[in-house]
Amino acid sequence: MINSRLMPLIRKEFIHIRRDPRSLLILFLMPLLMMFIFGYAIDMDLKHIRIGICDLSRTPASRDLIETLSASPYFNIVVRYSDPRKTESLFTRRIARAALIIPADFARRLAGSPESPIGVIADGTDANSATLVQNYLENVFVSQSLSMSSNGSGMPIRIKARMLYNPDMVSAHFVVPGIVALLLIMIGALLTSVTIAREKETGTMEQILVSPIKPYEVVLGKAIPYLILAFVIAVFILIFGRLWFEVPMLGSWSTLLLFCVFYVFTALAIGMLISTLVATQQVAMMLSLVGTLLPSVMLSGFVFPVASMPLPLQVVSKIIPATHFLVIIRGIMLKGNGPMELWPSFLAMTGVGVFFISLAVKRFRMKLK
Amino acid sequence: MHAPSALPSPPAVSVRNLTKRFGDFVAVDNVSFDVSQGEIFGFLGANGAGKTTTIRMLTGLLKPSSGEGTVGGWDVNREYEKIKTRIGYMSQRFSLYDDLKVRENLLFFGGIYGLSSQKIRERVKELDGSLNLLEMENRRTVSLPLGFKQRLALACAILHKPPILFLDEPTGGVDPIARRYFWDLISELAASGTTVFVTTHYMDEAEYCHRLSIMDKGRIVEMDSPFAIKKKYGMTSIQDIFIQLVDR
Repeated sequence: MINSRLMPLIRKEFIHIRRDPRSLLILFLMPLLMMFIFGYAIDMDLKHIRIGICDLSRTPASRDLIETLSASPYFNIVVRYSDPRKTESLFTRRIARAALIIPADFARRLAGSPESPIGVIADGTDANSATLVQNYLENVFVSQSLSMSSNGSGMPIRIKARMLYNPDMVSAHFVVPGIVALLLIMIGALLTSVTIAREKETGTMEQILVSPIKPYEVVLGKAIPYLILAFVIAVFILIFGRLWFEVPMLGSWSTLLLFCVFYVFTALAIGMLISTLVATQQVAMMLSLVGTLLPSVMLSGFVFPVASMPLPLQVVSKIIPATHFLVIIRGIMLKGNGPMELWPSFLAMTGVGVFFISLAVKRFRMKLK
Repeated sequence: MHAPSALPSPPAVSVRNLTKRFGDFVAVDNVSFDVSQGEIFGFLGANGAGKTTTIRMLTGLLKPSSGEGTVGGWDVNREYEKIKTRIGYMSQRFSLYDDLKVRENLLFFGGIYGLSSQKIRERVKELDGSLNLLEMENRRTVSLPLGFKQRLALACAILHKPPILFLDEPTGGVDPIARRYFWDLISELAASGTTVFVTTHYMDEAEYCHRLSIMDKGRIVEMDSPFAIKKKYGMTSIQDIFIQLVDR
């Protein structure tokens, strides 16, 4: 009996999807676009930092140091000047992010002691970049001074900057799983909320509700087709992330895909809840985008670590499904975690989904009264 | 105690003091009426008079604030799930899926009433004599003329042979010939025993109804056959009577 009434709903939904190839294309292309934007533009490595150099020493030793800096991909030397007092104007006129002041006695002190004080001044208005600039420069100097003090014995010590600073944050391997989490929650919520809002707009929802069909059947009839579609999109972007960005896959695919199904379910639950709050497709779309993207980017640990948030925001982050899915997907792909390590996150994520869907069903029933 | 066959058949719809309030606004105010089986019962009123709200309460889409009623013998306050199996409903917007073909719309709306696709096909063939749907069954609904959409919406509402049919302004925007044809179909349905509960604000359509109820600001201000109403007011046009009643 359940099947005989549920099947027409599911079949109809697939016809809608098939008849609208343009939306379907957007559903597959938008994730690719976002992957490129996030995967490349939000490269958390700093490269080509503009620096100014004030060389008061003017010795072979100082020229060597400058040579090394200009060869590094991390720095572009944009200006050389001779008056250290001009340093501040570099920042106020946005010419450089950092300035290097090599003192007049640089060569002498380099020969005498392993410690050669060099002035590094960084633009602190962008605190993150300033810290990174400082760290990068320090690293360059460490290798530079070591190779100098070994004095031509031919063993320059190489230090990989990537390993030293934020070992995970810097790479696309860390960002791409985050984008998967972001995209799935957004697409899942968007799909369901918009399709239900459309039925409200055209009045077909009312036509369904006067039939003997049960509210839970209506909900399932929407959830099952879009669960399948969103899951296909999930597989698509995972494979793309794996092949294009070469994100490692240390854990098992089947575990990841299984957890994906539950994450997508949670996304649909949010979409259902949104659809009970709105009357038009436009509002449903706006609310889905803002309601999923904003918290998922800001509060899930995608960009800012949850542990460093103030306590109230940490609490909020726990009801954001992406917070838990990030732990799961990063754990499986990058650390090779299995269900044994991830079940607390899994339970929390699914719990959030069940909470949203029961709220949606409750509101759905209330509407009829 | 149990001798129903000896009694006249119970009313298809029976309503006592039905009221719906939205906050302070009383959309339907203490409405009472009976509709007999096979009757075409017309609800006449201006926009916002409470016609649609009344229909929504009788079809289980809205819960009444107070009052009681039965549809097909089932209580509108408690047994609305049972009512849904006994009624057909066609809304003023011909709510169909535009991107679906005619055939697909029929399969869907029959399907949610639990009809098998084979049963639906048989039923559509049966209805085809009067509704002429098969000739365009592979056209997408969006490209259909309005009159055709209207017949399709009617077909979707009666595939499961409901004994009671609710039509909420079923002729809005349709040309006079299609309207005339539509009312012929309604008369046929009523003649074969279907109870038809219809709202309209086209006064000429009132003549097709067996009985009329004129609504104004949530209340029923007049209820009788079109003939009796015209006689009572000594006028020949329902429109004039309506304007007189509603203006008061």
